[in-house]
Amino acid sequence: MSFSAQLLDIAVIITFLALVAGQILSMIRLVIGPTAGDRILALDTMVINALGLVVLLGIFQGVQIYFEVSLLIAMLGFVSTVALARFILRGDIIE
Amino acid sequence: MNGFGDIVTALCLLIGSGFVIVGAIGLVRFNDSMTRLHAPTKVGTIGIGMLLLASMIHSVTLGETSIHETLILAFLFVTAPISAHFVAKVNIHRRACDTPPDPVRDETWATLNAPANGHPPPPDTPDTKP
Repeated sequence: MSFSAQLLDIAVIITFLALVAGQILSMIRLVIGPTAGDRILALDTMVINALGLVVLLGIFQGVQIYFEVSLLIAMLGFVSTVALARFILRGDIIE
Repeated sequence: MNGFGDIVTALCLLIGSGFVIVGAIGLVRFNDSMTRLHAPTKVGTIGIGMLLLASMIHSVTLGETSIHETLILAFLFVTAPISAHFVAKVNIHRRACDTPPDPVRDETWATLNAPANGHPPPPDTPDTKP
């Protein structure tokens, strides 16, 4: 195994740890968040971090089949964030 | 050439992970709702952007070039300000921050004019708008 492949493996592990730490810290903010805006923001960050985990899995396995998964996660995360914010702002999602 | 691509991929991954962890720490450590709003935007743009860039470079290294990730990148860059704007409006609505100054006799701040009990307020001036 060459030096560059070892470096890539180490970078994948470090990125995985950073994303997991981001998920855990976002979950802490989701639990203790004093206002609803903080909880929405923590959920949005968790969706973004999950997207990063899927992309990282694709890099680790060296395949391209996780593209649709990450695109779907990005779209659903945006829609759910906007839906939660709309529900708090207007009391209804689709008026 | 293969080794060079791996090194660039590792560099992009490390930069992205740095921004991800900084954004997560900022989300927990900041002490105001509006201040907390700006930390996760770094995760959404630069952090995940660097990860997607690393994925693209890695696919080039493996010999099966795919630039599909540009689509996710563009989608994230477009939707991140919109969701941040909505969260900021939620913060203003819930009075989680200093409320902006009163508008000058118009209905610009529709968020702050929202009724507290779910019913619209009685109109104090007759609605002359068409």
